[in-house]
Amino acid sequence: MDINTLRGIITILVIISFTGLVIWAWSKRNKSDFDEAAQLPFADDELDAQSTKKAENE
Amino acid sequence: MNTASATETYNYKVVRQFAIMTVVWGIVGMAVGVLIAAQLVWPELNTPFQWFHFGRLRPLHTNAVIFAFGGCALFATSYYVVQRTSQARLFSDTLAAFTFWGWQAIIVAAAITLPLGLTTAKEYAELEWPIDIAITVVWVAYAINFFGTVAKRKTKHIYVANWFYGAFIITIAVLHIGNSAFVPVSLWKSYSAYSGAMDAMVQWWYGHNAVGFFLTAGFLGMMYYFVPKQAERPVYSYRLSIVHFWALIATYIWAGPHHLHYSALPDWAQSAGMVMSLILLAPSWGGMINGMMTLSGAWHKLRTDPILRFLVVSLSFYGMSTFEGPMMSIKTVNALSHDTDWTIGHVHSGALGWVAMVSIGSMYHLIPRLFGLRQMYSVSLINVHFWLATIGTVLYIAAMWVNGIMQGLMWRAVNADGTLTYSFVEALSNSYPGYIVRTLGGAIYLTGMLVMAYNVWKTVRQRDAVVADNVPMTA
Repeated sequence: MDINTLRGIITILVIISFTGLVIWAWSKRNKSDFDEAAQLPFADDELDAQSTKKAENE
Repeated sequence: MNTASATETYNYKVVRQFAIMTVVWGIVGMAVGVLIAAQLVWPELNTPFQWFHFGRLRPLHTNAVIFAFGGCALFATSYYVVQRTSQARLFSDTLAAFTFWGWQAIIVAAAITLPLGLTTAKEYAELEWPIDIAITVVWVAYAINFFGTVAKRKTKHIYVANWFYGAFIITIAVLHIGNSAFVPVSLWKSYSAYSGAMDAMVQWWYGHNAVGFFLTAGFLGMMYYFVPKQAERPVYSYRLSIVHFWALIATYIWAGPHHLHYSALPDWAQSAGMVMSLILLAPSWGGMINGMMTLSGAWHKLRTDPILRFLVVSLSFYGMSTFEGPMMSIKTVNALSHDTDWTIGHVHSGALGWVAMVSIGSMYHLIPRLFGLRQMYSVSLINVHFWLATIGTVLYIAAMWVNGIMQGLMWRAVNADGTLTYSFVEALSNSYPGYIVRTLGGAIYLTGMLVMAYNVWKTVRQRDAVVADNVPMTA
């Protein structure tokens, strides 16, 4: 196969995967999952408090 | 969602160690930077001792600020963020301690060998092969510990910050092993396994991705945790963060050839590097906008919160330098900017403005919390530091822009008969005012770090009086 055909195929594959990624990221089906993930920095205060309390007693 | 058992705790010891060393190495690395900036103003400062000459100290400065200061900040925040967003203790406390002491030993080895003139002469990869092997061992331990923690997470999702930290850890391993393929001839001397243009290309594949993955992806991990946390609201768009991640890592890896424009590198490779660098503007700004917009509805907090100010200004500098970078990668622009002080200005707008400011902001958020305190000893000193850092950065990069464009124009000026209009020394002597302003800007930035060290010291000491006036963190 000519190298330039291969280059063309790769470009198309990259465009398809990027488009697929965008569609996947913005699909309604995933919205609740991502909303949940976005809350992760605020979900572990209890564990954090335990860790610092224990640190004080060290 | 919180499934913590009453006995489980996070390993904050290693985070505390790395956080404190971030401040220490920041001061050391930036002090060496101010010294070598002063050596360009007063050449007499290149003392009779060869170990303190500019050529020996310059790699020490870059290694210290990137791998000691930036490295410790990345270790500290990644260990903190991966535990908190996975709701699990680190995979191994032993490996955590090993990475801390191993990394410090490597930094000390660098501080000894570089002034002695032991160098591979590869930029940002100057350390000789025995130290390179030590880096590999520590890095593998880091990877096991980080991904081991992700694997034992109690949460359903792997939070986006951990994706960025994970990409940073994997890619740096690949880059380090690829570029450090040396053939040793003695304990402290080795030669690259590659030759000619191939060696140059491998070096800048490494060099630019050290920027892309060490100095960008890792610190974006920091942004995706500490900006939402400090602003007390979730990231603007989690969906955008996913596209941001994949687009950024898929594009960055191709941009290296822009360091080798008009060199012996094949022309098509130079053009490919330029095009990929231009494309890189999109994911870079996507991420910057995502960070900025996290503050929408909370902009008023900037008026009272200097930590948030650090984080937002770091994003502004990130946006600015990721616009400047693609522009400089255009071959015709590069023909003017290459080898001039413009490059140094660009690097420092990224390093002082983005990398250091996002690290400093994250440390001010992190350090009191690690000691069970609500905030730093003095919030007004954080504000003082913020202004010192901002003014220092602006002076530095403005001086280098002026110098760089002037040098580029003077070097390319030709007379009607084709001879050069200016000698090299004329361009150099005209650079003097810029060198003085640069040294001043660097010194102001360093002063800010000293203010930070004092504030951190007082905060850690305050730990003893924690119950009295500084209410333990609950929210």
